Amino acid sequence: MRRFHGLYRTLDATTRTSRKEAALVEYFEATPPADAAWAAHLLLGRRGRRAVNTRLLREWAAEKSGLPLWLVEESYDAVGDLAETIALLVPDQGSVREPEGLAEFIDRRVLGLAGLEAAAQRELVLETWADLDAGERFLFHKLISGGFRVGVAGGLVARALAKVAGVDRATMMHRLAGRWDPTAAAWEDLMSEDEGGDPLRPYPFFLAHAVPAEPAELGDAVDFQAEWKWDGIRAQAVRRGSETVLWSRGGDLVNGGFPEIVKDLGGLAPGTVIDGELLAWAGDRPMGFHELQRRINRKSVGKKLREEVPVRLMAYDLLEEGGADLRALPTTERRRRLEALVRAAGLPRLGIAEVVEGDSWEELARARSTSRQRGVEGLMLKRRDAPYGAGRPRGDWWKWKVDPFTLDVVLVYAQRGHGRRASLYTDYTLAVWDNGELVPVAKAYSGLTDREIRRVDAFVRRHITDRFGPVRVVEPELVFEIAFEGIQPSARHKAGLSLRFPRIARWREDKSPADADSLDAVRALMGDPS
Amino acid sequence: MSRDLVTTTEDGLWCEAGGFHIDPWRPVDRAVVTHAHADHTRPGSGRYLTAAPGVELVRLRTHAGAVVDGLEYGERLTIGGVQVSFHPAGHILGSAQVRIERAGEVWVVGGDYKTGADPTCAAFEAVPCDVFISESTFGLPVFQWPDPEKVAAEVRAWWEGNAANGRTSLLCAYALGKSQRLLAGLLDPPGPIAVHGALDRLLGPYRDQGIELPPTEYASVEVAKEVRGRGLVIAPPSANGTPWMRKFGDVSTAFASGWMTLRGPRRRRGFDQGFTVSDHADWRGLLGAIEATGASRVLVTHGYVDPLVRYLSEERGLRAERLDSRFEGEGDGTEESAVSGEADGPVAEPVTGPAREAPEGRS
Repeated sequence: MRRFHGLYRTLDATTRTSRKEAALVEYFEATPPADAAWAAHLLLGRRGRRAVNTRLLREWAAEKSGLPLWLVEESYDAVGDLAETIALLVPDQGSVREPEGLAEFIDRRVLGLAGLEAAAQRELVLETWADLDAGERFLFHKLISGGFRVGVAGGLVARALAKVAGVDRATMMHRLAGRWDPTAAAWEDLMSEDEGGDPLRPYPFFLAHAVPAEPAELGDAVDFQAEWKWDGIRAQAVRRGSETVLWSRGGDLVNGGFPEIVKDLGGLAPGTVIDGELLAWAGDRPMGFHELQRRINRKSVGKKLREEVPVRLMAYDLLEEGGADLRALPTTERRRRLEALVRAAGLPRLGIAEVVEGDSWEELARARSTSRQRGVEGLMLKRRDAPYGAGRPRGDWWKWKVDPFTLDVVLVYAQRGHGRRASLYTDYTLAVWDNGELVPVAKAYSGLTDREIRRVDAFVRRHITDRFGPVRVVEPELVFEIAFEGIQPSARHKAGLSLRFPRIARWREDKSPADADSLDAVRALMGDPS
Repeated sequence: MSRDLVTTTEDGLWCEAGGFHIDPWRPVDRAVVTHAHADHTRPGSGRYLTAAPGVELVRLRTHAGAVVDGLEYGERLTIGGVQVSFHPAGHILGSAQVRIERAGEVWVVGGDYKTGADPTCAAFEAVPCDVFISESTFGLPVFQWPDPEKVAAEVRAWWEGNAANGRTSLLCAYALGKSQRLLAGLLDPPGPIAVHGALDRLLGPYRDQGIELPPTEYASVEVAKEVRGRGLVIAPPSANGTPWMRKFGDVSTAFASGWMTLRGPRRRRGFDQGFTVSDHADWRGLLGAIEATGASRVLVTHGYVDPLVRYLSEERGLRAERLDSRFEGEGDGTEESAVSGEADGPVAEPVTGPAREAPEGRS
């Protein structure tokens, strides 16, 4: 536990990939298999389960620190992270006891905690607090609340593990995909020289980079196969033996939310793996992501939801056929086989992402400009002679999304942020003009540089005109350009509409509030789907 | 009780009976200032009064030719209808609480203060009063400062570790107060120390008053060569990530601030290391100071105002109120812009724009 915490601190503190990788390799090389398996499991962001009710945790923290419960809540509000808040509030008890190794620690104090009665839980938590320092307590809270995350990319963990095992990175990524339990045996499999593991494991997903500002930089347009880019959930359908599973990009099994698709795909021959996108689908077009969301994270789906939100899998690529790994074949050949397979299968819930014709960047750009009418996000570009890669290597797959909508808006309210930004005013409510009044149209959090965030924070602190709970009303002086993906009518918002994925594109210091857009202008954008 | 001795106006804290402002944020006739940080000492006022050990620093922070008078700690001066005296606030060199007395009623404006040990300034002194105006920058129980000696040892260990790996140590801290305090913790330095121009010129007033600091050199190109790979460089936080850093070769960066106790700011700042060092009181420091004044009424300003007000009212039975101000405490960024402000030269964060100009521009 102490060593894992040391690794966590190093990963958390540095932004330099080389130092992170070195720390990972050093840790894994010197860690017993059971602990290493748990460490890999946690670093890869595999979901843990909440072992204790966080309300109880807060009450115990108030009790132990001698503070009123409301002050624990206030502190949480300011820090933005419960695990950290409680770690800081609970007094250090000068423990000298070395906590057990990671696997044993998790077995006894995390997994073991879940099965206990509240009184026994309290006893174990208090005992654990006494044994740990503040940093370790933070980690402990993250583990028992199922919210452990660390700033390290899965690809980097895979690279470090590949180094430790002496295999290449793609092999390690494949081994890590799919289900494996954090046990010493699983660790031995990961490190072994021969193949083993989950027979239903997916392949690592191939991810695209955003197209550069000038697509011609990619070379000749005819070297790419263009497809519509759908806005759903990227998934891999694995059909092997008598089983069919749907894997999300995050490595979760999502069968529960899409039973019709799973059933349909049972019609495919065993030894077939398709890369595609799960979509909510009505007639001949997608229904919008907010409908699809109703299907996510479900163990089962009732009749009503099945009827209200029909779904389908839009196939992008064929990774395995007849049990053979096709990833090394060029895009054109995989596409030929995919088309034949989808056609022959004739399954109602299995579509295929249409290829968009265009021999020049101009033609493709014209096609791309029709994206919004079609309900797609833009174009995917796949180099025709490229294999299906692992992870996000640069060069062969590109996404060419439609340009977002933009508006100039005025900052009217600010709130303190959470997590990384807990001490600053970083959550902004933004407004446009309507008959001489400023009407909020969006809340936005991201898009400014850290330096700009600090300057806006300083502005907010000096220009507060009113307070409503945590919300600060500020003088309407700052103008931002926001970008967003769409507009939906909304009865819940005063403006009568809501924006999809609003974020700040830039700070318009050259503009005054009077230059901001009007609600009429926003309505006009809504009416114009192009 | 008659009217409040101190109130807030658009210009800042105002003592009508004495006819002066305290730490005004706009130019006024007569400014009584608690210390020389730029959010407390602003240029343009007719005349300034501050504690004697801070006169030199206040002068550096005001306009050329400003009239700055000093008053020794504890010495009383009658201004208008009130008696005014300064008492150590333990925040930075020359920092003071302002005691104001009228007809037996005593108010104390705490300004920024800390109760922990600091060899670079006089220790905080609890001044008995009826009404105490307290800051609350770190007014939540999550803020509990570690032992300064332990932190000084951490800084030294970090520096030595970097030197062993051939890296220069770049320690960022606010130019006035924090930097000098960190230096004072390194009297027996394991290597050469270079300082950024912004704080080089602020070291003189400290050494002039006999405060012991280790030898330092201005971080010129030649000195940079000398410290590269083994020395310590102290600079304002705004220097991090600028081309100025390049002359030191491979660096490990660190930031010293009370905010470094929180993971969010630690990560957001993008430093390799954070040290928890603050010139403000932590939660226990605030409670201890407030209790020691014996004040029955406490006005809370600058920071986590609401939680502290509620705690003092409900848990300590005091008459605690929010002292409203347009200026709401210090985020982990404002502290920087306020302090580095005009003093940093070319690498300073550009703190112009709406954030600073608007308060002056509007009336």
